[in-house]
Amino acid sequence: MSNLAKIESDPNYQELVRRRSSLGWTLSLVMLVIYFGFILLVAYAPKFLGTPLGSGVTTIGIPIGLSVIVLAFVLTGIYVRTANSAYDTLIRKILEANRS
Amino acid sequence: MKKVSWLSAFLLASVPSVALAAGAIEAGAKQATNWSAIGMFVGFVALTLAITYWAAKRTASAADFYSAGGGITGFQNGLAIAGDYMSAASFLGISGLVYTSGYDGLIYSVGWLVGWPIVTFLIAEQLRNLGKFTFADVTSFRLGQTDIRILAACGSLVTVAFYLIAQMVGAGKLIQLLFGLDYWIAVVLVGGLMMIYVTFGGMKATTWVQIIKAVLLLSGATFMAGAVLYKFGFSPEALFTKATEVHPKKLAIMEPGSLISNPLSAISLGLALMFGTAGLPHILMRFFTVKDAQAARKSVFYATGFIGYFYILTFIIGFGAITLVSTDAAFLDGAILEKTKSGIAAIKGGSNMAAIHLANAVGGNLFLGFISAVAFATILAVVSGLALAGASSISHDLYGMVIKGGNANEQDEIRVSKIATLVLGVLAIFLGIVFENQNVAFMVGLAFAIAASCNFPVLVMSIFWRGLTTRGALIGGFLGLVSAVVGVVLSPAVWEVTLGYAKGSAPIKLDNPALFSMALAFAGIWLFSVLDRSRRAATDREGFDAQYVRSQTGIGAAAATTH
Repeated sequence: MSNLAKIESDPNYQELVRRRSSLGWTLSLVMLVIYFGFILLVAYAPKFLGTPLGSGVTTIGIPIGLSVIVLAFVLTGIYVRTANSAYDTLIRKILEANRS
Repeated sequence: MKKVSWLSAFLLASVPSVALAAGAIEAGAKQATNWSAIGMFVGFVALTLAITYWAAKRTASAADFYSAGGGITGFQNGLAIAGDYMSAASFLGISGLVYTSGYDGLIYSVGWLVGWPIVTFLIAEQLRNLGKFTFADVTSFRLGQTDIRILAACGSLVTVAFYLIAQMVGAGKLIQLLFGLDYWIAVVLVGGLMMIYVTFGGMKATTWVQIIKAVLLLSGATFMAGAVLYKFGFSPEALFTKATEVHPKKLAIMEPGSLISNPLSAISLGLALMFGTAGLPHILMRFFTVKDAQAARKSVFYATGFIGYFYILTFIIGFGAITLVSTDAAFLDGAILEKTKSGIAAIKGGSNMAAIHLANAVGGNLFLGFISAVAFATILAVVSGLALAGASSISHDLYGMVIKGGNANEQDEIRVSKIATLVLGVLAIFLGIVFENQNVAFMVGLAFAIAASCNFPVLVMSIFWRGLTTRGALIGGFLGLVSAVVGVVLSPAVWEVTLGYAKGSAPIKLDNPALFSMALAFAGIWLFSVLDRSRRAATDREGFDAQYVRSQTGIGAAAATTH
């Protein structure tokens, strides 16, 4: 248990938890807003999504739908990039400090 | 009297059309198609059986069997996750949905993708750090083993069952159309091969089957979408213009349509798709096949990219089928065409065959054979993943942890897992035959509702909420599970279509119950945890700190391999 308390009081650990939680939940929230924004458009404004782009038949709903897919990938990329650099460094430091 | 004659006329009209469809395939003109498809499929089966043989020789310990010894890399696992997720139901079902309804198919695609970021942000690393073989390892980390394992097993098995039904139905339909085999023979064939892969090769064989299939499916779909775009000078606008000209719904296919009947239904479906992804047992299990949390995180990133790309292709394929399949008499059923005057409605084998016919239209018989073999391989791979997840839940959670109290002999546990696979295989065959006439994409939606309402709430609360207690998880989880199943049974799709009650008589108007079943699960978990003053509850809460440190840092996490 003392080992547990030692890790919990490690500033690196506290930084890791703070940063990962805030990024993880923020990005989750962003994804929720994007997706349910899209669903609410589908539910309440289907005609808006059916607005043609220019004079063609392609509607504004097509790029909006596709960009939700692309954004999902981009957000995932942002998280993984941050985690690969910042979090893994912190975790390594925590492991080193608590190896005994 | 009049009613009877109408009914018999309908039966007479539909029976010959089925016979005609089968006859057309057996007739001389399409022989070549049959053989190339069969040849490629046999090639795939031979290759995967060889892999299974290779894997079987290297599968000795429980870690090998459940998690491929933790030796899968992040990229490989990304492909395997994509392989598990890009089911035949999503390939054939979504392209079929785009074919009949246009834009509505995109709504499904989007919903099916957006769960992945949530898995990355909140679940993947924590899962790898806390668990060993099944997600129940995580939910029961600090809670009462017996109760929570039983809950997780119920949630897993019901999810797996619904998902399996969808896959088996897709398999039967596809092979029926393609090889002229009877539906039941096709279902038996899929069930049989699945049992061989899983019982002999375990997770190693299953993972490599997924990887090969994912590569084949992504290449095939890329070629198909590319060929469609090529025919329209790589102008989506030209493709859409032609599609709106030939589709009976005209411009309405470019906007949300009747699939989403009311706003609440749309939100409910959205919740199920988004959070269901994070509660699918066969997907969650994949995170234990990699060596650490970093690899787990990377694998979801790759998977998200592959899956997103695939869904964009599916959308193009659906529109390609509108322009190239619904306008070509070779792919249409003359009798239905006569009656409905709609090429969309008259497609041979139903809308789920849109992508298959399109393969023939853009790539000829040889490519039709390839795509058919890939679609069949897809079904095989996905059912294997599902069967392994279901069997692991029975052997690791129920047998190993509940019955044997965590002291099971490793070899006994593997043996139980193999027997469970055989039982699940037989059950899948039986259910596949029973549910022959359900829309496959919709059945998957039901599986997602259950995953989102039982597995996900318990998993996420156990990882992040100190206050969670065994009693809270148990009551909330079962509330979610039961309300999702009841909601599904009372929904129009089952109440009216499957059970045959009058149209509009369904007690619950939502096609997907996630809206209330998820809410019930979370509310139940919260309420009964907060009210819990038992001795067990104190232990549950005390265990949180150690669990949290491990989930964040990986200190003490299960090693990559037990060797």
